[in-house]
Amino acid sequence: MRRRRERPGRGFGYWAQVMGAHAVLLAYTAIALFPIVLVVINSFKERRAIFRTPYALPDAESFSLVGYRTVFEGARFDLYFLNSLTVTMVSLGLVLLLSSMAAHALAEYRFRGNTLLGLYLALGIMIPIRLGTVSILRIMVGLGLTDTLWSLILVYTAQGIPLAVFILSVFMRQVPGELKDAARIDGASEYRIYALIMPLVRPALGTVAVFTMIPIWNDLWFPLVLASGERTKTVILGAQIFLGQYVNDWNAVLASLTLAMVPIIVLYVIFSRQLIRGLTQGAVK
Amino acid sequence: MKSRKPFPFHVIVFLAPATLVYTAFMIYPLLDSLRLSMFAPGPGRVEAFVGLANYQRLVSDPNWAPFLWNAIRNNFVFFAVHMLVQNPLGLLLAALLSSQVVRFRAVFRTVLFLPTVLSIVLVGFIWRLILSPIWGISKDFLGLFGAAHLNQPWLGLEATALVTLSLISVWQWVGIPMLLFLAALVGIPDELIEAARVDGATAWQVFWGIKFPLILPTVGIVGVLTFVGNFNAFDLIYTTQRALAGPNFSTDILGTFFFRTFFGAQLQPGNPTMGATVAGVMFLIILTGVVLYLFAYQRRLQRIEL
Repeated sequence: MRRRRERPGRGFGYWAQVMGAHAVLLAYTAIALFPIVLVVINSFKERRAIFRTPYALPDAESFSLVGYRTVFEGARFDLYFLNSLTVTMVSLGLVLLLSSMAAHALAEYRFRGNTLLGLYLALGIMIPIRLGTVSILRIMVGLGLTDTLWSLILVYTAQGIPLAVFILSVFMRQVPGELKDAARIDGASEYRIYALIMPLVRPALGTVAVFTMIPIWNDLWFPLVLASGERTKTVILGAQIFLGQYVNDWNAVLASLTLAMVPIIVLYVIFSRQLIRGLTQGAVK
Repeated sequence: MKSRKPFPFHVIVFLAPATLVYTAFMIYPLLDSLRLSMFAPGPGRVEAFVGLANYQRLVSDPNWAPFLWNAIRNNFVFFAVHMLVQNPLGLLLAALLSSQVVRFRAVFRTVLFLPTVLSIVLVGFIWRLILSPIWGISKDFLGLFGAAHLNQPWLGLEATALVTLSLISVWQWVGIPMLLFLAALVGIPDELIEAARVDGATAWQVFWGIKFPLILPTVGIVGVLTFVGNFNAFDLIYTTQRALAGPNFSTDILGTFFFRTFFGAQLQPGNPTMGATVAGVMFLIILTGVVLYLFAYQRRLQRIEL
């Protein structure tokens, strides 16, 4: 933490500024939280209370789980949740493994075409993979992978690699060379050296993990295009379709929104330090 | 061919998997999609090479061109709202969060970033409920300012739907510029700011005279990320306004136009090669934006070095 010396002469203008700054932040906090809180509290109320007293917390009289009951009867959210979890975790594992290997090679070895390969792998940071959808669908049809979770995993792995390689290679270049040379003298193989470096770049891996995970979990496009079958629906696609069908059932809509939101919010609160530290330090270095 | 040293085996082992997956499922599809944009369904299942005819059709055929230009125009409006509201707001919040006098900065930071981690699908639906005249939340909110009579079905009117959706998108994504600006502001050496303070500069002068010029590179990055993100957007419009991007296509942007062209919607059958053509146009627009940014950014770097 940085400290600033206490300065004398803090007058009215200073305190006005301090109050103003907090007022603006509090106001925007309210704007950011209000819609989320409103949906969550109303998801636990019976229908009339949703409209009559939308801003009140549910009480003994207005409390109702009817929305959640409709959701569990109308859609297989447990299955969708499992699908999302599988796709996100497997893709994430592959992105971290493949990207860290490639980043290690780019950072550690000098070979012809090193810079060029680095640029080639970085192309995908700026160009959205979505633009290749027409062709991706053909490939998946050709491979017989449509309506499988594998189609999503392959696409998300390819999508995650560019940024992951870029961030990880920046961090791996900072690992002191002496460390690796010492290991080499001790007779470690090149693969062993890669394994030695991994724990040293753990913060970077954490950052990359969060960056990779959020867009995969939240994606609507590829589940819609590649895996829209009932057995392979992800939470987001499932919620999207459910919300479309039950659009007039306010209890069900609010309950399904809450169900789809809460896991992400809980994960975010747990990992927010990691994520924000990554965003404010690692990513822009 | 020049003779070249063969790669050491382990380097290939490290590089091959990532390069192969990335090439097969990202680079190849992008190139193949551009290739497909130069084909049209021929007799039977064979596709015939037509050169740039699809592009010509897209920009001038009365069945296509009005939709394309409408989507491009809407997309620029969408982008303009982000540049005018999201990024200045992100900068303001970052400036406040980087100020030493603000308490609970970590808590504010975490809470203000929360909407950004939610799925756009959920965000779109939440706002649809809040703006719904049936629930009347937006009316109550305007009522706080004595302006309840101004309430309208914002998402249902041609005149307001696009800007409303843009603002919903801003609500969700403002966390990204906020954190990027915050990172840049926190990185400014204390001595520079202290020196200016000692010379009697006000906080306002310090910000615009010293801090802002120093974070210009981040302004560029935020700009180009906004551009790429906006011209690739889809989920929000699709969720709230469906594939037809109503009312009367007033919220149609390139992403939804691409989806409709590729998959079809209601009466219009899907057309993969025309879909690839729309993707080709999006590719060109995004590439232009990125190249412009790279030129501007390089020039500015040189200026700073001088």
